[in-house]
This record gives sequence, structure tokens and C-alpha cells, in this order.
Amino acid sequence: MSGYAQGIVAIFCINLIFAYAIFITAASGQLNLGGAGFQAIGAYSAAVLSNAGWTAGWATVPAAMAVTALAGFLIAFPVLRARGVYMVLATFAFAEVVSGVLLRTKSLGGAIGMVVPDYLALPALAGSAAAAMLFVFFLMTTRFGLAIRAIHDDETVAGVMGVGVRSMQVAVFTLGGALAGLSGALYAHHFSFVEAQYFNSQLSIFVLLFVLIGGTQTAWGPLAGTLFFTLLPELLRVGGSWRFVVFGAAIVVMMIVRPQGMITRALADRLSPRHWRKAPPAIAARGRHGG
Amino acid sequence: MADDIMLSLEGLAKNFGGLAVIDGVSFRVPRGGRTALIGPNGAGKTTLFNLMSGVYPLDRGSITLDGARIDGLPVRRRIACGLSRSFQNIRLMAHLSVIENVMLGQHSQIAGLRQMFAPAQGRRGAPARVMAEERLRAAGVDCDPDAPVSGLPYGTRKRIEVVRALMSKPKLLMLDEPAAGLNPRETAELSAFLKGAAAEGLTLLVVEHDMAFVRGLCEHTIVLNFGRGIYDGPTAGVQDDAAVREAYLGTRGPPAREAGHAA
Repeated sequence: MSGYAQGIVAIFCINLIFAYAIFITAASGQLNLGGAGFQAIGAYSAAVLSNAGWTAGWATVPAAMAVTALAGFLIAFPVLRARGVYMVLATFAFAEVVSGVLLRTKSLGGAIGMVVPDYLALPALAGSAAAAMLFVFFLMTTRFGLAIRAIHDDETVAGVMGVGVRSMQVAVFTLGGALAGLSGALYAHHFSFVEAQYFNSQLSIFVLLFVLIGGTQTAWGPLAGTLFFTLLPELLRVGGSWRFVVFGAAIVVMMIVRPQGMITRALADRLSPRHWRKAPPAIAARGRHGG
Repeated sequence: MADDIMLSLEGLAKNFGGLAVIDGVSFRVPRGGRTALIGPNGAGKTTLFNLMSGVYPLDRGSITLDGARIDGLPVRRRIACGLSRSFQNIRLMAHLSVIENVMLGQHSQIAGLRQMFAPAQGRRGAPARVMAEERLRAAGVDCDPDAPVSGLPYGTRKRIEVVRALMSKPKLLMLDEPAAGLNPRETAELSAFLKGAAAEGLTLLVVEHDMAFVRGLCEHTIVLNFGRGIYDGPTAGVQDDAAVREAYLGTRGPPAREAGHAA
């Protein structure tokens, strides 16, 4: 694989984990517009621990996940006091605070950033991305997944049905924090350098777009969204600086054509092998006539 | 003492702003009984359901279910105490399939984190899913359990909501206009189904405008008007009660008063 391709695959893996972090909260109806803040906490935790002599890269990663999960848990309480768009703005403000603190803290390198001694190669990133994806797919098939999807549709009724709405929302912020921390730690160890400017509001917006354009109804959505957002800008490189215009237009078109996201529940069902196995004969007949 | 009482409301009150929507309502629902709660629009029937299920906090009064006070409990705990309900406007989860909606009704039965993170709805043959499918069939819901609920006919969705409410194995089932929008055949089927459930020990409290349905199902009726109870007795006596007739039809007041209104 060329260095260029390897770079794209690495960013894809990191973005995919990041997208699943945001997806978990989005699946329960909470939009997190502060993803970069969580990823930054994971990346800087890994960088600090690596510099402090936790030499094996694999030890800093779970530690960074734990720190970010704790941040997600703690921030969930004030953030969830706000509703709707105000909750979204609260997550956005949180990421800005994280970024500001990182820029102003001399021991973390300030605006210069930090070198991360330990290197994690591409296979570790790919393995982590696959594991994160499988984890979220599994999570969505459990009672836990059913409960968060119910909260997405109707909080009041979910509560009446016995779902602890608040504790589930805190749980998804915590899990989302852990996954964002994982993506940040892998970023730090793979690119061997962290700087606060990378974890900016544009990153928060983009990762939320991965999820919303991909679709929040099934765990396939973040995969589709991340593929689209990581690969399309690269494919459009031939167009020079016009590629951002084309890319922006493509996003608008996607939102018009598939407002519920690229992968919806109905589409996933239609493509699943289970559907074909029990497909009523009427569909086959219609297929014959309709061509 | 109250072995024959399933639900007891004492002096319930709820204000929205300065408006007393529920103003000192007290009544009892006998164990295993089929009780109707009726009243003109705006009488406070749905608000009363919301107070009982904990969607709104109570201003005053007490709610006792099967001998235990439940008015201090958060919403999610009340279903585990045996109180389950349906909603006036169908409130199924639009993005969930039929079987997932019904299995959500089992949520209060989950014990511990292990069951919370055990694979659930997708797997065919899983005991919880089999049970949900059986309940759907028993209620006469004949549709693909994996179909999304949003595309189903109104009457089917209405019945799915009743099945969902039954999945928590409630002691008291509160139904908010279960027959609204159903055709006569569906209404008769629902009535027979609910009678069967009551025969197995379920206590029913039903808000309904369809008086034929109420007369066929409920032996006992409570009438509410402007947030107060105005009748509490056998269903057969409702239409002869002066206060109830006044609430629904208005008073035959003296001409002077009508002239006063017109002015």
C-alpha cells in the first residue's frame, strides 16, 4: 500500500471509531456537537501517559478510554439538563472549553502541541475499528439498544414502559466518551503528534455529519457516512480546490434525496438475507411482472 | 383491610398554572373489576391517567396500588409495581418494528445488567421474543412481527399498543380510549379480548367515549367533570343520573339566565 493510501485508511479507521462514538448518543436522540472535545481528551491523555513513560502503546489506550469515558459521564449531567438545540449547544461549548484549556496549558505544549513517543501501526487501528464497529452492532441488538432507540422515538413513553431515561442517556454519553477516547488515543499514537488546533469545531461538525448523513437508525449508518466523507473528498482531488464546492453540493443532495440518512431501517431490512428467506411469494411475483 | 381494592385515589389535585385541572378526585377500583372513567372533553380523564402513571407530578393527594403508595415513585418504577397503560393517541415507537415495540413492554421485567446486555429482539426463538409473538397472536394481531409499525393500519396499531401494555404483566391496566377509531367488528373483538384478560385477574380502568363499548365491558363507571368526580356507581345507572345528564347535555335553565348569557 502506498503511503497516501495508508494515510487514508488510518484516518478512515480513526474517523469510523469516532463516528460510532457520536452514533451511540445520536441513536438515543441526543446530538453531540462536541465530539472533538472528547477526542482531544483521549488524544492528550494518551500523549501525556506516553510521555510519562507508559512505554507500551497498548496500555495508554485503555487508560485514555477510561479518562474520556469519565469526562463523558461527568459532562452528561449538566448537558442533559438542557433540552433540544440547547443541549446540542452545550456539547459544542464543552468542546470549545476543552480546546481553550489545551491551548493555554503550557505543560501540554500549548499551541505547539506534543510529540507522542510510542507508535501504533495501521493493523492496530484497523483491528480497533473493527472491534468498535462489532461492539456497537452488538449493543444495538440488546435490550440496551432497544431502550435507547425507544428513547429516541418517545422519551415519555419509554419512561412509562420502565426505561430509566436519564440513566440510559448518561450511559450513552459515557460509552460515547470511551469510543471517542479510543479514536483520540489511536490518532495520537499513529500520527505521533497532537495539537489542540486539530480538535476544532469543524471536526465536531464533520463527525456529526458522518453520522447524520450515514443514518442514525441502524449501526450501518456511521460506516456508510464515514466512507462517504473520507473517500469522496479524496476522489474529488482531481478537481483541485473546486472539490470542496462539489463536496458541499454532494452533502446537500444527500440531505434532499435521503433525509433520514443513507442507510435507513427499511433499506437495511430489504438488504438483509433474513428478509429474502421469508419474502412472501407476492414480492417474487411482482418482480417477475415488473421486471 | 383493602384486599378487594386494587387502586385507591385520595384527594388527587393538579393545577396547570392557575387552572385546577384535577380538583380533589377520590375513587376506588375493585380488584379484578372492569371500571370505566368517562366525562365530557376536558374533564381531566387523560390528566388523571398521566398523574397515575407519573408522567405529571401530583400537587396533592395519594395513589395506592394494591396496598402500596406509588405517588412518590418515579415514572419508570410504577410499571414494575403493576401499573401499565396505553395512550389516547397511539404512541408506538415509529422506528421500531412490531415485535420490538411489544418487547419494549417487557423492559420492566429485566433483572440486572446481564439481561440488559444479552442479545434480545433480533434472534428468532429467543424466549422473550416467542412470548411476545404469542401475545400478539392471542390478541388477534395478524401481521409480520418484523414490519415497522408506522405503515400498519390504525386498528392494528391500536391493538399492538394494548399488547405492549400487557407485556409488563400488570395488575392494573389503564386504557385511554382503546376503541376510538376502531370499526364495530374490531371493537367487539377488543371487548372480548379485554374480558378474557380480566377473567384471568387483570383489573381494568378504561377511559372511553363509546358508551356501547363501556356498557358491554364495564360493570362500574366513574364520571368526571371539570376535574371532579360527579358519579361513581354501576354503569347501568349513569344515563339516569341528573348530574351526569347536566354535564353532558347542559341545564334546562330558567329563561332569565339564558337571556343573561346572550347579553
